[in-house]
Amino acid sequence: MKALLLLLSLIVGVMPAMAGEVSVAVAANFTNAMHELAPLFEKATGHTLKVSFGSTGKLYAQIENSAPFEVFLAADTKRPEKAEAAGLAVPGSRFTYASGKLAMWSAKPGAWRDAEAWLKQAAFAHLAIANPKTAPYGLAAQQVMRHLGLWDVAQPKLVQGDSIAQTFQFVATGNAEAGFVAASQVKAWKGGGMVWEVPQAYYPPIEQQAVLLTKGADDAAARAFLDFLQSDAARAVIRSFGYGVSE
Amino acid sequence: MSFDWQPLSEPIWLTLKLAVLTTMLLLVVGTPLAWWLSQTSSRLKHAVAALVALPIVLPPTVIGFYLLIFLGPNGPGGAVTQWLGLGTLPFTFEGLVVASVIYSLPFVVQPIQNAFEAIGKRPLEVAATLGASARDRFFSVAVPLARPGFLAATVLGFAHTVGEFGVVLMIGGNIPGETKVLSVAIYDHVEMLEYDQAHLLSIGMIGFAFVVLTALYLANSRIGARTEA
Repeated sequence: MKALLLLLSLIVGVMPAMAGEVSVAVAANFTNAMHELAPLFEKATGHTLKVSFGSTGKLYAQIENSAPFEVFLAADTKRPEKAEAAGLAVPGSRFTYASGKLAMWSAKPGAWRDAEAWLKQAAFAHLAIANPKTAPYGLAAQQVMRHLGLWDVAQPKLVQGDSIAQTFQFVATGNAEAGFVAASQVKAWKGGGMVWEVPQAYYPPIEQQAVLLTKGADDAAARAFLDFLQSDAARAVIRSFGYGVSE
Repeated sequence: MSFDWQPLSEPIWLTLKLAVLTTMLLLVVGTPLAWWLSQTSSRLKHAVAALVALPIVLPPTVIGFYLLIFLGPNGPGGAVTQWLGLGTLPFTFEGLVVASVIYSLPFVVQPIQNAFEAIGKRPLEVAATLGASARDRFFSVAVPLARPGFLAATVLGFAHTVGEFGVVLMIGGNIPGETKVLSVAIYDHVEMLEYDQAHLLSIGMIGFAFVVLTALYLANSRIGARTEA
């Protein structure tokens, strides 16, 4: 009996330290970077990652309704802040893991000579953006068009993707002549096309924040993943996908 | 405080318009198809029947993804519509109609086909010996006898189009008044944490579906009782 108890306590005591599983909710724009980060993390720590992608707004709604996520990588600061205020996240665990860059992209090479002039002429049937109400990159696209004084002109021609991934798909299939997407997506795309990196002065920085959710508060693997995300190795990968990272 | 109904009524109106148009088109396209399937002994019969049934089995993502490519500027469907001077169909109401016709096709064809098959050969043979032409046999014998099938087809085609979501999300582009139908509007409200509006529309949908299906079963049992008498 004593031996059995000893054995049990050994198993229980050792297991969480050995290999945990982290459930992470990740904003759609970070998909490609995440696919490269995941094996690095798993190799370095022995933990495994379970990743769900979606628009930041949708993921937040799921978290609010007790989705089984332990870490949330949002595409903005608003939702992680809200999660913290609502008691869904661990206070003080928030940090910026990447700052997103917006790009206008077309699958057609030579779509424009001067991107701003092309936008102002509005000689397109469809321009794709992500839903500004739920996707931070959509909001940034809206701010760029406001900055250029185009919002009212362009609005009837806008088609909205549910997430930045769907927005990219509208452009990739040629159904929209161009669209505002994440620079990281264009970096990962092998199919060619044309890109205009929108000047940072045209939109407020897209600070993407990570936060530890209360479901993962006592989870060593979840904390290990957040530490990993701030490591030099992870930051190099994030930078390689066209994001800004703090020095 | 006044409640703003417009964002709620617009998708409802758009959805009804889409469902009515789709159902009418499907009855026109589906009836001859169902008749052919019920009468033919062609080897192609089973392949065509399988083709018609595909949308039941395929996830809407497959249909939406391929429609986006097929109807896009680089796809064969898009080439045709551009040649006709119609532009491309994704992100338009017309595009949703085309998608809905494909998506709801089996829900209209199958009940009509079953009803035609249930008539059997006899009534049509009797009509033929009495000198009725093929046209006459179809319109005066087959169609009236297949009435329950037409009723079911109309209701199911309509209801299924109202309930469509995945395909619309993928080819619609969420444009208010053009492609933002009820199911997408509900999805948007949920995402924006506007649960009140989402509840209002969702409960409406549940009530609608319940009433429609109850009416269908009621009508079917009445027609059945009358035919037996």
